[in-house]
Amino acid sequence: MPEGKVLGKPVTRLEDQPLVTGRGRYVGDINFPHQLHMRIARSVHAHAEIRSIDTSRARALPGVFAVWTSDDIPEVGPVDFRADRASEVLKPYRQPVLARGRVRYVGDPVVAIFAEDAYVAEDAAELVDIDYSPLRIIVSADEDPGEFEPGRTTEAAFLTHTFGDVDGAFAKAHKVIELDLHTGRHSGVPLETRGAIGRYDAATDILELHGAAKVLHRNRDTLVNMLGCNPDQLHVHESHVGGGFGIRGELYPEDVLVLVAAKRLGRPVKWIEDRYEHLMCANQGREQHHLARVAVDKDGRILAMEDKIFHDQGGYVRTHGYNVANRTMCMLTGLYDVPAFRAVTHYRLTNKTPCATYRAPGRFESTFVRERLVDAVAAELGLDPVEIRRRNLIRPEQMPYKLEFDEANVENLEFDSGDYPLLFKKALDMFGWNTLQEELKRRRAAGEMIGAGMGLFLEEGGRGPSDGARIAVDSRGGVEVVTGGASLGQGFETAMAQICAEALGVDYRKIRVIHGQTDRIPYGIGAHATRATVLTGGAVHVTALAVRAKALDMASELLQLPVDSLEIVDGTVRQRSNPRGPTITLGDIAKRLAPGSKVLGGRQPGLWAEEFFNPKDTVFPYGVHLAVVKVDPGTGGVTVERFMVAYDVGRAVNPAMVEGQLVGGCLQGLGGALYEEFIYDDQGQPLAATLADYLLPTLGEAPDIEVLITEDAPSPLNPLGIKSAGEGGINGVGAAIAGAIGDAIGRPGAIRRMPVTPQRLRDILRADGR
Amino acid sequence: MKPSAFRYHRPGSIAEAVDVLADVGPDQGRVLAGGQSLVPSMAFRLAAPSTLVDINRIEELGHLSVQDGSLVIGACVRHAAFHRSVVDGVPGPFLTRVARHIGHYPIRQRGTFCGSLAQADPASEWCLVAVALGASVTAASKRGTRRIEATDLIVGAMTTTLAEDELLTEACLPLPAPETRLGFAEFSRRAGDFALAMVLASYRVVDGRIAGACVAVGGAEDRPRRIAAAEMALDGNPPGAETFAAAGGAAAEALDPMEDAQTSVAYRRDLVRTLTSRALERAAA
Repeated sequence: MPEGKVLGKPVTRLEDQPLVTGRGRYVGDINFPHQLHMRIARSVHAHAEIRSIDTSRARALPGVFAVWTSDDIPEVGPVDFRADRASEVLKPYRQPVLARGRVRYVGDPVVAIFAEDAYVAEDAAELVDIDYSPLRIIVSADEDPGEFEPGRTTEAAFLTHTFGDVDGAFAKAHKVIELDLHTGRHSGVPLETRGAIGRYDAATDILELHGAAKVLHRNRDTLVNMLGCNPDQLHVHESHVGGGFGIRGELYPEDVLVLVAAKRLGRPVKWIEDRYEHLMCANQGREQHHLARVAVDKDGRILAMEDKIFHDQGGYVRTHGYNVANRTMCMLTGLYDVPAFRAVTHYRLTNKTPCATYRAPGRFESTFVRERLVDAVAAELGLDPVEIRRRNLIRPEQMPYKLEFDEANVENLEFDSGDYPLLFKKALDMFGWNTLQEELKRRRAAGEMIGAGMGLFLEEGGRGPSDGARIAVDSRGGVEVVTGGASLGQGFETAMAQICAEALGVDYRKIRVIHGQTDRIPYGIGAHATRATVLTGGAVHVTALAVRAKALDMASELLQLPVDSLEIVDGTVRQRSNPRGPTITLGDIAKRLAPGSKVLGGRQPGLWAEEFFNPKDTVFPYGVHLAVVKVDPGTGGVTVERFMVAYDVGRAVNPAMVEGQLVGGCLQGLGGALYEEFIYDDQGQPLAATLADYLLPTLGEAPDIEVLITEDAPSPLNPLGIKSAGEGGINGVGAAIAGAIGDAIGRPGAIRRMPVTPQRLRDILRADGR
Repeated sequence: MKPSAFRYHRPGSIAEAVDVLADVGPDQGRVLAGGQSLVPSMAFRLAAPSTLVDINRIEELGHLSVQDGSLVIGACVRHAAFHRSVVDGVPGPFLTRVARHIGHYPIRQRGTFCGSLAQADPASEWCLVAVALGASVTAASKRGTRRIEATDLIVGAMTTTLAEDELLTEACLPLPAPETRLGFAEFSRRAGDFALAMVLASYRVVDGRIAGACVAVGGAEDRPRRIAAAEMALDGNPPGAETFAAAGGAAAEALDPMEDAQTSVAYRRDLVRTLTSRALERAAA
């Protein structure tokens, strides 16, 4: 890739000024005159039949405007799927906006209260009397399936991914190693909880949803279907968003309720989720049980992998269908060359908070499983963990590497580009792996329980199908880039401005990037599954080139110089060979292109363009996590002494922002590896519904994260070679930490469950008589 | 997480405060000092006091002084007051080390020593200090004042013998003799979290042997407690790893630990074993 002027530079973020000066506008900051406040009375039972609901005492409370049960909104269906529209099989498992007949997890919305202020609304919620009749509670996907509703079990789906001759490979294997592994239930916990404001403007017949995020156009399309209106009657607006991580911005029952209520009650309706609700109701993830095995030859080469997965989906199927289970299976072999593979998933509902995508969905889980297997093979065969990985990595000459599954309904994958051994080597060298081993030996000899581990991973990003952008230059040279993207805090505006600036030849600080406003652009891919920079970035790039072409065409005529002799620098067109010669600014060109202009000729008026980018396939960035941990044998406490992520992103639009993504991801990953867990008792009561019980790592627990960003394998699938950066930081953390702890305690295969809590580690040590 | 409605009083003196408490105490009135436990529990609606009696403007509750060999700590003295040594000798820096385990910096700026005793959280560092060092508190009401030993005050998790109309006005912490060695060890999941267990150990060394040993455990049972078996394992023996390990074993053995979904009995015993010897090692250092 040629060196860019602004593309690829760690320039200052455009969005930070309001955020760091307290002038941001989050959904909680938005208020409308005469708004009502919504509060949800939620189920206190994990699974029960609703016998009756008495709302009379709540209704009688002064300041209460309306109280709804599901009977009040019979016309509103369950929250629909988006992404893949999932299958017909899953539809019965969708979540109603208010529980109908049954509640299925603690926190399930049952009654909606609309009141003059949030305090009264919460008082009223306490006055709702719901009579429940308890039903069998399932708290684990390992339990036998129960009844979801008459005639339908809680095993909503049984999924299979296969390729190659698995049975043959296991039959001829030198060794077969089996592991029983668990990934704990955790999730993204953004600093800003969810929020939604519904507002209906009867004068224009437009319904507005404020506080949306992530996938605004897709959510609009889902809502339009659910509410029976047209897209032009429903405007979805994003404000500042305090963290996404996959969970924020999906469509939830509360989003639907504020819209229905705003229209019916004739007043704006505001709902702000509190933290307690957030930890019981927002999407959770990761909870899987894997019975995994691997067949290897005598040199440790993998002949086949097999995995039986029990996926805990929680009380309902939310917007993603079985996407997470599928991503777990299709990425399980990762960056190893595995000739045969079979994975099956028992996709089961339980009576806990519903699950969906959380940053690196399915990949954090499958990397843990895969890397645990590889470490176990190394231990069994007495091989070095580095060497066994080298032997199994897909080689650069195998690119593009295809994974073709036997099942007709399973998407085949094609890894677009990569030099996995090269990145592995670079990471080990930068970490000083070999000298580290000597140091660890010395420290162990001195009595310390210390070890190192690794997690090699493959990521996926830039999934299509398509995104567009509209770029317009105004008469003063200002540039507006209108996108259907979204900003969850990742630096979307800066990245798009850099891409536009590079292609168009303007100062990136003079570019205004619009995102998250469905009334400004008809389509939008949003910001999810690390695709914003690839998809919307690709669209901005081609659109900026179109604007540039139009500007140069006009300039060529005005300056009487051939197009190919011109360049645009800081918004001014000039002759490349004669920078001091005649010039014209983009603002002046825009004026000459105004409607009715005498020089317009046959051109479309205005200096603007609208283009789409349609990638042919997804891109696959890849990386390595390395960790050094110290175990306190007396308490089971783990201190992460060093942590490193090496990631090939194809091309970094802004290396400082990529580093921010990676460091944030690593810390989040440490949460899932060591601290965070949504635990439930045997009655399905959540025991981690406050931030005192759900342990997010803080600065006190955070090591300095070492970062290596490489651009050795730009993607051939998009014009800038971008592979995306959003999820690699978290992907292999659990794997690396588990490996390091196993190494520290001298039991390479001992860590089978995440998070590795001090108590679980003490249990392992105690069983060893330590 | 919005509290339900409550009335609010802000008395200017102890006399005024106990007058208000006599009136509202029996009717779910609560004293507000630092509010670091009470206010969050109101937000969760785990507490719904009818009235808050805010004592923060009562000047006479802000005193912190040494009187007759004891540290006297007024009801409005914040945890942060202990960020610096409040008395000369060994106990000052020791209390500073303990205080740093209490919540986070902002919490320590508001929360109070006496509030911790009145709250009686099993994982309270100050409750452990009070029980280990033999503190007492003064409780005032319209009916008069009385003195309560810490071991009589704290009778269970979040349970004290304070009457509804009583205001805990001060705590009196006897300062250990100058030659006393003090050690503290705590384990929590993250910095600032509630302790899963903690141990305060103190002893003197007379003729090379331990005398007057105190081993008190907090965070592991429903209230902090001195563990006689561990103290017996120390007294009369020379300080050192072997003695300390024996004391740790005795403490772990004698314990009747709380159990919850994330913390088993066996794990708490392991922690107390480890922390007892660490507290003793720190005392020896």
